[in-house]
Amino acid sequence: MYKIESKNVNLFYGDHHALKDISLQMKANTVTALIGPSGCGKSTYLRLLNRMNDLIDNVRIEGEVLIDNKDIYARGIKIDELRKKVGMVFQKPNPFPKTIYENVAYGLRVNGVSNKNYIEERVTRSLQNAALWEEVKDKLKKSAFELSGGQQQRLCIARALAIEPSILLMDEPASALDPLSTAKIEELIYELKDKYTIVIVTHNMQQAARVSDRTAFFYLGELIEFNDTKEIFTNPNNQRTQNYITGRFG
Amino acid sequence: MNKRIKQQIAFWVLRIMSSLVVLFLVLILGFIITKGIGVISWKFLTTMPENGMTEGGIYPAIVGTFCLVGGSMLFAFPIGVMSGIFIHEYAPNGFFKRFVQLMTNNLAGVPSIVFGLFGMSLFVNKLHFGDSILAGSLTLGLLVLPVVIRVTEEALKSVSDSFRLASYGLGANKLQTIWRVVLPIATPNIITGLILSIGRVSGETAPILFTVAAYYLPKLPTSIYDQVMALPYHLYVLSTSGTDIKASRDMAYGTALVLVMIVLLANLLANALRKYLGKKVKMN
Ligand SMILES: Nc1ncnc2c1ncn2[C@@H]1O[C@H](COP(=O)(O)OP(=O)(O)O)[C@@H](O)[C@H]1O
Ligand SMILES: [Mg+2]
Repeated sequence: MYKIESKNVNLFYGDHHALKDISLQMKANTVTALIGPSGCGKSTYLRLLNRMNDLIDNVRIEGEVLIDNKDIYARGIKIDELRKKVGMVFQKPNPFPKTIYENVAYGLRVNGVSNKNYIEERVTRSLQNAALWEEVKDKLKKSAFELSGGQQQRLCIARALAIEPSILLMDEPASALDPLSTAKIEELIYELKDKYTIVIVTHNMQQAARVSDRTAFFYLGELIEFNDTKEIFTNPNNQRTQNYITGRFG
Repeated sequence: MNKRIKQQIAFWVLRIMSSLVVLFLVLILGFIITKGIGVISWKFLTTMPENGMTEGGIYPAIVGTFCLVGGSMLFAFPIGVMSGIFIHEYAPNGFFKRFVQLMTNNLAGVPSIVFGLFGMSLFVNKLHFGDSILAGSLTLGLLVLPVVIRVTEEALKSVSDSFRLASYGLGANKLQTIWRVVLPIATPNIITGLILSIGRVSGETAPILFTVAAYYLPKLPTSIYDQVMALPYHLYVLSTSGTDIKASRDMAYGTALVLVMIVLLANLLANALRKYLGKKVKMN
């Protein structure tokens, strides 16, 4: 049984056909990397999984997306419930202009949690899981803007973890960070795999090779190849995949 | 002519222009202060006008202006901010939204005397409020409504979408996102709207002319249906149609100075508030 499954999904931005007949399956507790040149639809596919595309005008979606075997685009699906289950981390760190503590607590508060002890426990645990606790435990009441870029991104991960999702979507989470912070994030992804199903978009081939179990190569809205990461990087089936991972086009 | 010289010239032209602006501001302020400071005293600020408004104070006009500023803000601020939120965050892009925006822009360009006439016919006559604080405040409120709406819209526009996305991504709905994330970030800029409209409201004469302002009324209002004196109109009266214009000239400069000081003070206060809130937003 798959954790996430898309069946013949087509997505249109107005007239622009951005995802073409995409069928993909992801098992629980795996990391799947989405790679491909800019504009090939990686972010669009990611946003399909927590229905963030709903926020964009004139989007039309065909096909089925199943999470835990339930069609998330079916009538009667509660979007806030879905987004609690499917956390998202964005390309640029985007903590709220609030304290470190309130950033992590935000998801709990908007989902109706008001028990102070529980919130405090979740904040602590989430910061620990995001490998940020040691660096911020003495300044939880300080503004999140006082943190470095890499710390802010781990804060955003902690913020996503606080509401206990089972899936984590990451859209180029390290592309705005320095190498050291990037290494920390990659290490973190490796640890989080135990508890979460992770889908990560990345421009960085080495990163995809390092952190993912499975890799999907997108090109112009099509899924060209989807296989074990090792296979993709050592023995791709498709010439275009080969060209892309060897850097012949970017 | 080489690039460096051009750059130098541009720099100096811009610099001289902006210095001119500052110069005029200082001149005007200096003029009013030197002419007006002589009559300013505790008595001037806290007593009724006397002797055909050539002596005594301007207390009722100060109180009247405060009433009108307060009343119009009470009306314009909630409505303006809520309309701004609706237009920017809720109204779908399309005909209706563009129509509302066009109308608010046009409304902002209508001369204030027209607001005065409108206020008189609607609030004073049709709704039978009479010449009153209520009618005057509503008229002034209408006048600044477009300013408040526009400032609110701009303030919301300047809130990066990445914050909204982060909030939605955590399962927040639209109202929660606006209330807990967008508005706290936008508030310092919305406060700017308050500054602008306070300045505008306290200085306007035309809209209060037919709706509230009294020529001479040496007592304080007791209800919102009372007439009041107001600083800008009092200034107008003293300098054009008082009982003895020459004799009340000093009183006029004193009144002008008080008016300018009130506007200046409101600006400083609101600026401080804005800075404070800006800091607080990052901390909450
Ligand atoms: N909000 C949008 N409105 C219209 N077109 C969009 C929007 N977002 C993305 N697109 C288009 O869809 C295609 C895929 O974009 P995206 O998913 O962002 O690609 P990637 O993340 O792989 O760089 C691109 O051609 C892009 O121009
Ligand atoms: Mg992208």
